[in-house]
Amino acid sequence: MTEETMTLEVTRYRPGHDREPRTQSFTVPYRTDWVVLDALNHIKDRIDGTLSYRWSCRMGVCGSCGMMVNGVPKLTCAAFLRDYRPGPIRVEPLANFPVIRDLVIALDDFMEKLRRVKPWIIRAVEKPVSDGEYLQTPAQLDAYKQFSMCINCMLCYAACPVYGLEPAFLGPAAIALAYRYNLDSRDEGYRLREPVLSEAVGVWECTFVGECSVVCPKGVDPAAAIQRSKLAGATDWLLSMIMPWAGRR
Amino acid sequence: MPGDDGYQHDLLVIGGGGAGLRAAIAAAEESNRLSIAVLSKVYPMRSHTVSAEGGTAAVMRENDSLDTHAKDTIFGSDFLADQDVVEVFVKEAPGEVIQLEHWGCPWSRDPDGRVSVRPFGGMTVNRTLYAADKTGFHMLHALFQTSLKYEKITRYDEWFATSLLIEDGKVCGVTALNLHDGQMRPIVAKAVIMCTGGAGRIFPFTTNAAIKTGDGMALAYRAGVALKDMEFVQYHPTGLPGTGILITEAARGEGGHLKNKDGYRYLQDYGLGPPTDTPVHRKMELGPRDILSRCHIQEHQKGRTFDGPYGHYVHLDLRHLGEKLIDKNLPFVRELARNYVGIDPVHEPIPVRPVVHYMMGGISTDITGKTSLNGLYAAGEAACVSINGANRLGSNSLTELLVFGARAGRAAARHALERPALRSNPLAQLASDERRRLDQRFLRADGREKIADIREEMQKALESGCGIYRDRATMEGACQTLRKLRERFAHISLADKDAVFNTELIAALELECTLDVAETVARSALAREESRGSHTRTDFPKRDDARFLKHSLAYQTPDGPRIEYLPVTITRWPPEERKY
Amino acid sequence: MTAPRVERPGLFYPKLPATWWLRNANYFRFMLRELSSVFIALFLVVFLVQLHRLSQGPGAYAAYLETLRAPGWIIFHVVALAFALYHSVTWFNLTGVVQVVRLGERQVPPRLVAGASFALWAVVSVVLLWFLLRG
Repeated sequence: MTEETMTLEVTRYRPGHDREPRTQSFTVPYRTDWVVLDALNHIKDRIDGTLSYRWSCRMGVCGSCGMMVNGVPKLTCAAFLRDYRPGPIRVEPLANFPVIRDLVIALDDFMEKLRRVKPWIIRAVEKPVSDGEYLQTPAQLDAYKQFSMCINCMLCYAACPVYGLEPAFLGPAAIALAYRYNLDSRDEGYRLREPVLSEAVGVWECTFVGECSVVCPKGVDPAAAIQRSKLAGATDWLLSMIMPWAGRR
Repeated sequence: MPGDDGYQHDLLVIGGGGAGLRAAIAAAEESNRLSIAVLSKVYPMRSHTVSAEGGTAAVMRENDSLDTHAKDTIFGSDFLADQDVVEVFVKEAPGEVIQLEHWGCPWSRDPDGRVSVRPFGGMTVNRTLYAADKTGFHMLHALFQTSLKYEKITRYDEWFATSLLIEDGKVCGVTALNLHDGQMRPIVAKAVIMCTGGAGRIFPFTTNAAIKTGDGMALAYRAGVALKDMEFVQYHPTGLPGTGILITEAARGEGGHLKNKDGYRYLQDYGLGPPTDTPVHRKMELGPRDILSRCHIQEHQKGRTFDGPYGHYVHLDLRHLGEKLIDKNLPFVRELARNYVGIDPVHEPIPVRPVVHYMMGGISTDITGKTSLNGLYAAGEAACVSINGANRLGSNSLTELLVFGARAGRAAARHALERPALRSNPLAQLASDERRRLDQRFLRADGREKIADIREEMQKALESGCGIYRDRATMEGACQTLRKLRERFAHISLADKDAVFNTELIAALELECTLDVAETVARSALAREESRGSHTRTDFPKRDDARFLKHSLAYQTPDGPRIEYLPVTITRWPPEERKY
Repeated sequence: MTAPRVERPGLFYPKLPATWWLRNANYFRFMLRELSSVFIALFLVVFLVQLHRLSQGPGAYAAYLETLRAPGWIIFHVVALAFALYHSVTWFNLTGVVQVVRLGERQVPPRLVAGASFALWAVVSVVLLWFLLRG
């Protein structure tokens, strides 16, 4: 019996040589328990050592291996070949990002945006470690837990046409993380994050396409975080108009 | 990103995982006069700390005590841990986990708002804090996001350190390759901290991520620093067959059962009983990892394990815990089992087998994280400060990277403050020499050996020679194979000669590191003629305190590692038989 | 406006093609929603004109209503109504996502919040219809 195979159509881009990306086809063995990443590793080890891509944990938590699989942003360590039979499978770098080489995208833009939303606990007065932990009830934990599950895999940015059209847009993951800290009962940094979130390229740039939440592999629902941030921002603004004397939260 | 003259810092941390970030933050808090850099071959949030699941041990409750934690750790280590270090470790652990709580780590909580603690293997009390079953993920992201607050911390993301720069016996930085442009640059620093993690990838079947190739261990080893206790490799009893993906010990802490093919809780046959419905500390499924992994092999030899396409396995049964508890405390276990073996643990048992998980050994450091090389520090899995001895207890490693990451950060910061400024000019020459070495070795060579072939053979040699059970003949075989692979490595051929994001070049550099580390593992194991903790020899089945109550130290020589020994520090817990 | 992005040499910057919204159903629905605003705006213009005619007296108003009976106008109104309904459904679905409702310790499921919004919408519509049609 001949071995069953599958074809991968992989985007190649060699900086300094290629003006724009091109496609190269590879035939790999088909295994029911192989994911797209296994197929890429097979290509790198056995067919073409020049293929470049990122990967590490192969268990869906490090966030390195996001790529477009048949046009949809996916973690390739969780995209099984069996779900794409008989193929071919198109593997491209994540959409909307500059491409460094082959399947490797540049994410310094996100790293900068992440820092801008101040994703750390901000307090007026820090409690000394010797005074023990901040108490936080399970309900208070639940309030933000979902938004703390982001692995920064960038699938949501690849799914967001707004980000594709306006690269300055703060974007789903960064806003979700800002929102995560705003919701944390230990945090008092809402007013410091609010100016960043309410910029023109902040939450209001989002037109609620909703695809970010569809592709999120960790169920973070960044679209909800953005819409709720809009509501919070708007309520805040309205209150400040009606009652300028009242202290904002 | 600094300019061409800007690769100069007071303190350089290699590795952006839990230990590296904790060290960088500790240094930043120690003095605001320091310029600190974190260099990592991946973006920090990709580091392998992210994959840790079960939890972080610290004494948090009235029913617990520092002495109990210390005793459990020392007992678990089969008395090879340095007891003075363990005492410092358990003492500073609670402060560190609270500090992380203040930095936003979403620890799971009790109804009264205090952080929750769960039982864990080898521990006599509930003392393992957790964030559901994604503890490492949450710790890493909390540390990384907190590190963004410090403007003094410069990051070199996706840079690969290729060698330590040394002048007059003092470390003064590293040469590093920027993946984004392929340039080699000297990064000058008065102190360097190695936080590069372990080297599980020297084995074929491991819970470890692809990046865990022992780079920092190899760099220190090549610079003349000893790798300590390298023979001690921890097998985690419950990995998924095939991929080796980790199913956390917390699954057993929450009450999961290990069953053989007859549905029998076989651990009771190995002195870990009696079986009870609710988990009892240090009994049955909550025994330590080395013992549970050996039980699995013995059960296999009795023909009572399942056979699958990826070898023998047993069942981890969580069904009796119920969907609600699984979803609350073990959601990631459910996600992983569903995705990777197509099994929902709510309705079916999970197939599991022992899999390489952790290196107890590493770069030999003192209690502050300092190595024998002036200016070089190490922390986390890359280091061996010696709290884990011959077998680490689950949930001590995340605590270790906090406590000793912070200690190394502070010690290195003080060292950097005392040391006069360095001049980078002669070092630029060293960087171009290093570039030339790589070019000659990898990019212009027209060899015939493939990376994947050498890697696979190395992994096979380690698995057969340095697995759960070891003996002289197979270990000698492994040592010989590794020597030969080193010769073959000299004839390696790379298809990729490009500068930008050359992952094949990185793979070659990583392979070179793993070969160094693998040899220290095999040689140290061969030299230790006893059974202790994770190191079990069929030809020397007993622990031998008279000859081997000592740390092994592997030093590099042209003919392979030279093994020396260092006494274990005993303070209050004299060695006794380790029985659970 | 934000400054244009500085492109670094060597990197390839992809451009979103004009047909991006045909790539998946969510993008397409989003485009439909954007398009719906045109029809809803046009309807409002028609309605304003209608009010204006009403102010000019019964004759002018009747003539205008006669114009609107033309098949083209009826089709326009059906389309505008469909878009208005689509927009409303999106909006009410969103309420479940945006408005977190808590009952004690527990969060009310978003579906229930959206369901309540729909129910409220239906009740208000029925009351309005009754008010308008009773005469």
